[in-house]
Amino acid sequence: MEERPFSDISYDQYLKEERLMGSRCKECGALFVPPRSICVKCYGSEMEWVEMKGKGTLAAFTCITVAPPFMIAQGFDRKHPYCSGVVELEEGARVDARIEGVDASKPEDIKMGMPLKVKFLHWGEGENQETFLAFQPA
Amino acid sequence: MQRKRKLGRGVAVVGAGMSKFAMFRDKDSKDLFALAFRELLASVDKGVDPHDIDALYLGNFSNDFFMHQGHWGPIISDLIGFTPKPATRTEGACASSALAFREGVFAIASGFYDIVLVGGVEEMSKRSTEEVAEGLALATVPYEGRVGFTFPGVFGALATAYFAKYGATREHLMDVTIKSHSNAPLNPKAQFPFSIRDMMNTKAESAKKKGIPIPQWEDEKSFLRDPRANPVVAWPMHLYDCCPISDGAACMLLVAEELARDFTDNPLYVIGIGQGSGKGLHAAENLTSMEATKYAADEAYGMSGLKPEDIQFSEVHDCFSIAELIHIEDLGFFKPGQGYKAVAEGLTRLDGPMPINTSGGLKCKGHPVGATGIGQLFEVWKQLRGEAGERQVLKKDLRIGAAHNLGGTGGTCTFVILERR
Repeated sequence: MEERPFSDISYDQYLKEERLMGSRCKECGALFVPPRSICVKCYGSEMEWVEMKGKGTLAAFTCITVAPPFMIAQGFDRKHPYCSGVVELEEGARVDARIEGVDASKPEDIKMGMPLKVKFLHWGEGENQETFLAFQPA
Repeated sequence: MQRKRKLGRGVAVVGAGMSKFAMFRDKDSKDLFALAFRELLASVDKGVDPHDIDALYLGNFSNDFFMHQGHWGPIISDLIGFTPKPATRTEGACASSALAFREGVFAIASGFYDIVLVGGVEEMSKRSTEEVAEGLALATVPYEGRVGFTFPGVFGALATAYFAKYGATREHLMDVTIKSHSNAPLNPKAQFPFSIRDMMNTKAESAKKKGIPIPQWEDEKSFLRDPRANPVVAWPMHLYDCCPISDGAACMLLVAEELARDFTDNPLYVIGIGQGSGKGLHAAENLTSMEATKYAADEAYGMSGLKPEDIQFSEVHDCFSIAELIHIEDLGFFKPGQGYKAVAEGLTRLDGPMPINTSGGLKCKGHPVGATGIGQLFEVWKQLRGEAGERQVLKKDLRIGAAHNLGGTGGTCTFVILERR
């Protein structure tokens, strides 16, 4: 079906198109998100693209007040923290993502294991536009 | 399964030096390495002629980013008059100098060199906290950095997973911090040579002088719970869960085992040396353990024939309080999920059965990232030779100590076991 290489560049392109994609080994069935071109389970050489449903649960998270410059540029700082986390997808793989729709200044209220659904955060204009993977409460 | 590792010939440590770790306005990387090197020369009991040293291996993570200057091998080689002998820089994020140590050991074990200088240096404090956070985040895995994870952020996420799995809380992280700070005043090279109680007194006195209300804290934990005293950095990592931004340098002199007694009657022998690599957080099988640490430990234990209970004390990479808990479990000192209880019970204190981070750890001693690995081994050197002063581990027949160093968010881990015979 899809002809794109199994790479981080393709993963990012798909995110721009609001699709969360991984690769699956045609030989052993192992799933990788983000995609891998080499199956590190069986070293099979044939992969196929699979689209994730975009549902998962919160496996780990943090609320960051001391932000790096590119996050400060997006409006975050010590008074405006943001949440990043690890999301366990329904399909089994885990991904790193921004966690939106939670109050990052009240981390005690953010529940581990909470159900989440995917959200695509677009930032910037035109050719410079970037898309960040995010999840929000389902 | 690992094949049992062994060195082609034995390697001994016969000298060591370390600068103080701190934020230096008036000293750069060269000045700091010169301090460490001078101390090393003085530490070799029977003396060493620097002209006899065959090669330099130097760990440095990110002076390229922090100081806009790369290629530090020859710069340091020139500083100490080694040119035209070879100088090789090793990079493994915060484990950069542990890799230099390892390469130095292998260079001697292979028979190629007899006498090697290994060291590390880093200069970080001339940048803002945000810039340092950005620089260090270069060593996260790409997927982590892109969604905003900083270093404290990744470890904060690990902490939430550890809490959820084992029932630990922030209070248990405070036990780690209070323990490290209780060792730090005994280490003259520590960046923060004070206890939490000392800090509380300093803050109270400062308030009194300024004529503002004097803060009232019942005990160390009430101080650490106070968000004004201990603000959040990347929840649940607060200021006192995080190692500081530091400058510093450290170095060691390695020689072939058969030459050791020419330099000192009190050498230390490298009996276990392990290294592992790890995936990013999202791909880890287990969010409360680091595969690279476990692999490094297996290599070092297998090579030495020792078990975790044979290690008498250890430096452990506590870049964040949660890291110390995870690693004392991964290294086998305590069972999974038991590390936080062990620290709460005082088992890892200086006078406990398994002293961890007698130096004060990265939290208090400081963490100039490229110098840290050999800085940790410097503490093992001091302890095993009975030269640790007020923080000396007072066990009978102290012979075996270890150091665990971590780079990135678990991407590179090393574990080294040294023995005094």
